[in-house]
Amino acid sequence: MYVAVKGGERAIENAHSWLAEERRGDPAVAELTIDQIREQMKLAVNRVMAEGSLYDPDLAALAIKQARGDLIEAIFLIRAYRTTLPRFGATRAIDTGDMACIRRISATFKDAPGGQVLGPTFDYTHRLLDFKLAADGEVPPAPQAAPRQEPTPHITGFLNREGLIQAEAASDETPPDLTREPMELPGSRALRLQALTRGDEGFVLGMAYSTQRGYARNHAFVGELRIGTVAVEMDIPELGFAIEIGEIEVTECETVNQFTGSKTEPPQFTRGYGLVFGQTERKAISMALVDRALRWRELGEDDMGAPAQDEEFVLYHSDNIQATGFLEHIKLPHYVDFQSELELVRRLRREAEGAQQEAAE
Amino acid sequence: MTEMTARKDWMSLLAKAPPRALAVLWEGQDAPDFTWLRAPEIGAAMVRGRMGGTGAPFNMGEMTVTRCSLQLDGGAVGHAYVQGRDKAHAERAALVDALMQTDAADRVRAEVLEPLSADMTGRAKARAAKAAATKVEFFTLVRGED
Repeated sequence: MYVAVKGGERAIENAHSWLAEERRGDPAVAELTIDQIREQMKLAVNRVMAEGSLYDPDLAALAIKQARGDLIEAIFLIRAYRTTLPRFGATRAIDTGDMACIRRISATFKDAPGGQVLGPTFDYTHRLLDFKLAADGEVPPAPQAAPRQEPTPHITGFLNREGLIQAEAASDETPPDLTREPMELPGSRALRLQALTRGDEGFVLGMAYSTQRGYARNHAFVGELRIGTVAVEMDIPELGFAIEIGEIEVTECETVNQFTGSKTEPPQFTRGYGLVFGQTERKAISMALVDRALRWRELGEDDMGAPAQDEEFVLYHSDNIQATGFLEHIKLPHYVDFQSELELVRRLRREAEGAQQEAAE
Repeated sequence: MTEMTARKDWMSLLAKAPPRALAVLWEGQDAPDFTWLRAPEIGAAMVRGRMGGTGAPFNMGEMTVTRCSLQLDGGAVGHAYVQGRDKAHAERAALVDALMQTDAADRVRAEVLEPLSADMTGRAKARAAKAAATKVEFFTLVRGED
C-alpha cells in the first residue's frame, strides 16, 4: 500500500549535498576527469555501455564518475538517459567477419587461418599486484609487427564447409525489440540474445557456470573469441543509400558444442553465440553458453529442469536495473504496510496466548 | 584508403572521424554561409548483430548519433549522420558534404578528407600492427624418443 507522506525535504537536500562532497573525496587529491575514466577505466566503461545498452564511451565515463564507481548505478543512469533519445532508425546488422581484430583466439583449432592473436589480454599474467603502477605511469610502447591486411575468417566457417556444424539460417526478418514491446514468452532466440547481451554480467556468468557444472550438461568449446572494431551501416532515407554512421568495438564468442543428434537433428556440432559491446569477453563467453542452454527446445533436447534452460527464469532475472529497482524499493518507506503487519502479529499473539490459557485451564 | 569519390565514402569517413581531428583540419577552411534545413539533433540508432555472425538479426543495443542538414547559399545541400553527441562535429561534417558538391570539392578533398582518411588509416594500422606482434608462433619440441 502506498500513502503519500510529506516531510524530509531538508534532510534529502542535505544528504545530496553531502553525497556530492563524498563523491569528490579529499580535495587535496586531483579530481578525476571524464577523459581519464574513458581511457584508463576502459573495461568498466565497456560494461556500462553493454548493460546500459547504449554505445557512447564519454557518457558511460560520466555515469561512472557520477555513480562514484557503482557500475549498476551508472548503468541505471545510462538507461534513463537512453529513453530521452529519439531513435533515428535501426542499423544494418554488423559484419563481424569484417572486424579489425585486436584479439582472436580459438580453443579448437591451433592452426586456424589468421592465427591465434592474443591482443591486450590479462591471460597468462600472474595476477600479482604490480606496485610499479602505484609509482609511475611511464609505459614503453608496445611492439609492432607486419599487420594483417585481409579480414580474419570465422572458425565456424571451416566446420560449416564439412557440414559438421549446424548452419545458421540467414534472414533479414525484423527482430523483436524488448525495449519497445513488452517481453512475451516463449520468446524467439533473437529476443533471448537481446536480453542476454544487455543482461547483468554477474548473473549471466553464474548461469553459464551452472551449465558447466552439470546443470544442463553442455560441454562447450570456445570455437572462436574475437575482439575488434566493426563499422556500423544504416540506410538513410533522405539520401536513398546506406552510409557508415560510426565504428564500434565489440566482443564476439562462438561456442561449439558436441551434439549426438535428436529426433529432428543429425549428429553434429551446435552453436552458442555471444556478441557484446566493448571488450567484454567474460560476458560474451557467458552469453554464448547460456544461449546454447536455452536452445534445448529447438534442438529437440530434453528439458533437464536446469535453471539455465528455463527461459522465463533467465530472461526475467537477467536485467540488473529491473532487479535492483525492485530490490531497493523495499528500503523506501513502508510505514503503513508495516503498521498493518504489526497489528496482525499482535492480534495473532493475543489469540495464541488466549488459546494457551484456555488449554491450561 | 578509399578514393573519396563517392558520397557514401566521404560521409562514412566523416561519421567515424574523431571530432578533434576534423576540427583541426577544418580550421584552415573558410566557413561558407548556410541556412539550417535541420538543426543538429542528438538521437540513437539501434545496432543489430547476426546470430552466429551470419544468421538472423537481433537487436544488440543503441549507439548515439547526431544528424543535421543544411543548405549553402549557393544551393548545395549537405547532410551529416555522425557517431556521438558532438553538434559542432555534425555541422562540420554537413558543411564538408555540401562543399564536396561544389567547385570547392577538389580543395576540400585534398585539404580535409585525404589527411583525415590518412590519419584514421594510420591509427587503425598501428593497432593492427600491435595485434600482429601478439600472434602466437607455435613450435614443436623434439622428444628424442628414437
